[in-house]
Amino acid sequence: MLGYIDKIKEISKRLLDEGKVDMIIGFKKGTMPMMNEPCFVKTPDEASKLVWDSNCGINLANYLTDRKEKIGVIAKGCDSRNIVTHIIENKIKRENLVIIGVPCKGMIDRRKISAMFDAEVRQVSEEGDAIIVKGNGFEEKLKKSDLLQDNCSTCIHRNPALYDELAAPLVEEQKDIDKYADVRKIETMQPSEKWDYFDNLLSGCLRCYACRNACPLCYCPTCFVDEANPQWVGKSQDETDIRTFHFLRAYHCAGRCTDCGACERACPVGINVRAFTKKLEKDCFEMFGWEAGISIEKRPPLDTFKPDDPGKFIK
Amino acid sequence: MEHMGVEPGRLNFSWISSAESSKFVDVVKGVTETVKALGPNNNFKKAAKVA
Repeated sequence: MLGYIDKIKEISKRLLDEGKVDMIIGFKKGTMPMMNEPCFVKTPDEASKLVWDSNCGINLANYLTDRKEKIGVIAKGCDSRNIVTHIIENKIKRENLVIIGVPCKGMIDRRKISAMFDAEVRQVSEEGDAIIVKGNGFEEKLKKSDLLQDNCSTCIHRNPALYDELAAPLVEEQKDIDKYADVRKIETMQPSEKWDYFDNLLSGCLRCYACRNACPLCYCPTCFVDEANPQWVGKSQDETDIRTFHFLRAYHCAGRCTDCGACERACPVGINVRAFTKKLEKDCFEMFGWEAGISIEKRPPLDTFKPDDPGKFIK
Repeated sequence: MEHMGVEPGRLNFSWISSAESSKFVDVVKGVTETVKALGPNNNFKKAAKVA
């Protein structure tokens, strides 16, 4: 993945030089290890600050909403699927975009790394499939495949779904992946166990809405949780309000979520927010054969109707 | 909703036309029976009323 950056810089510089785009949305090095920041590059010279490694988990489709300029955007598999969703939902025009596709081999989970060491992790670098972690007085070489974000380890769309330029040859997709093992585990529980599972899951939630802000799908001008008149959901820390926020947000993402993991990554207390969205993603796949963001031609399941709709309640 | 622990049968949806009065009655009867059988709802209740 490290080798991609020269090509990304070259493409970005060329697009800006030729005036094909007004800016490039990509990543620059963050001020902390494992925290690359999104950045907007507007001149060819600035393209040199772009970076690409296994810490680019933020979904850049989030920065495209309603933009009018010509934009070059760097997109890994999940980003590209969210860009497709944006195009379908008229949040960005296809002709205003130059998508620089990056075949992805997964992003690393910074929490997994931080949890392995007592001391502060000060530097994280990569060498092929190895991750080298350095701190005050220690240095360790770890295997990247053990440190992937949960959603990356079960990802079956590593290659971009839609792109104009490619930063590297397409990678082989993961096969024989049981994507929904965790959802099925919850499905087999008794109702009370399920209730407790989600109570426990959300016990740390601060309602900071970082999950919503990181999500490219959450672009409503006024989110239902911010609306005061009418007030759809209580604004307290009461567990019913917390839960209402989470399951309603998940419903808003039904048939749209690409399981990019931005919500989980953004959560300051490390809640697996995807436990909600993934169930709906699974249902969409099983009931409607739908995976979000694969094609700009197809309409999503929530705005089409077929006579063989599996919903039994319409009877 | 069932996935996060609401008992099957407590939440019901149906599609009833304003002309289908007898279906409305049947559905309401059915729902009432299932929910009574499930007993009082203990989840998703606010402990104290918050403004």
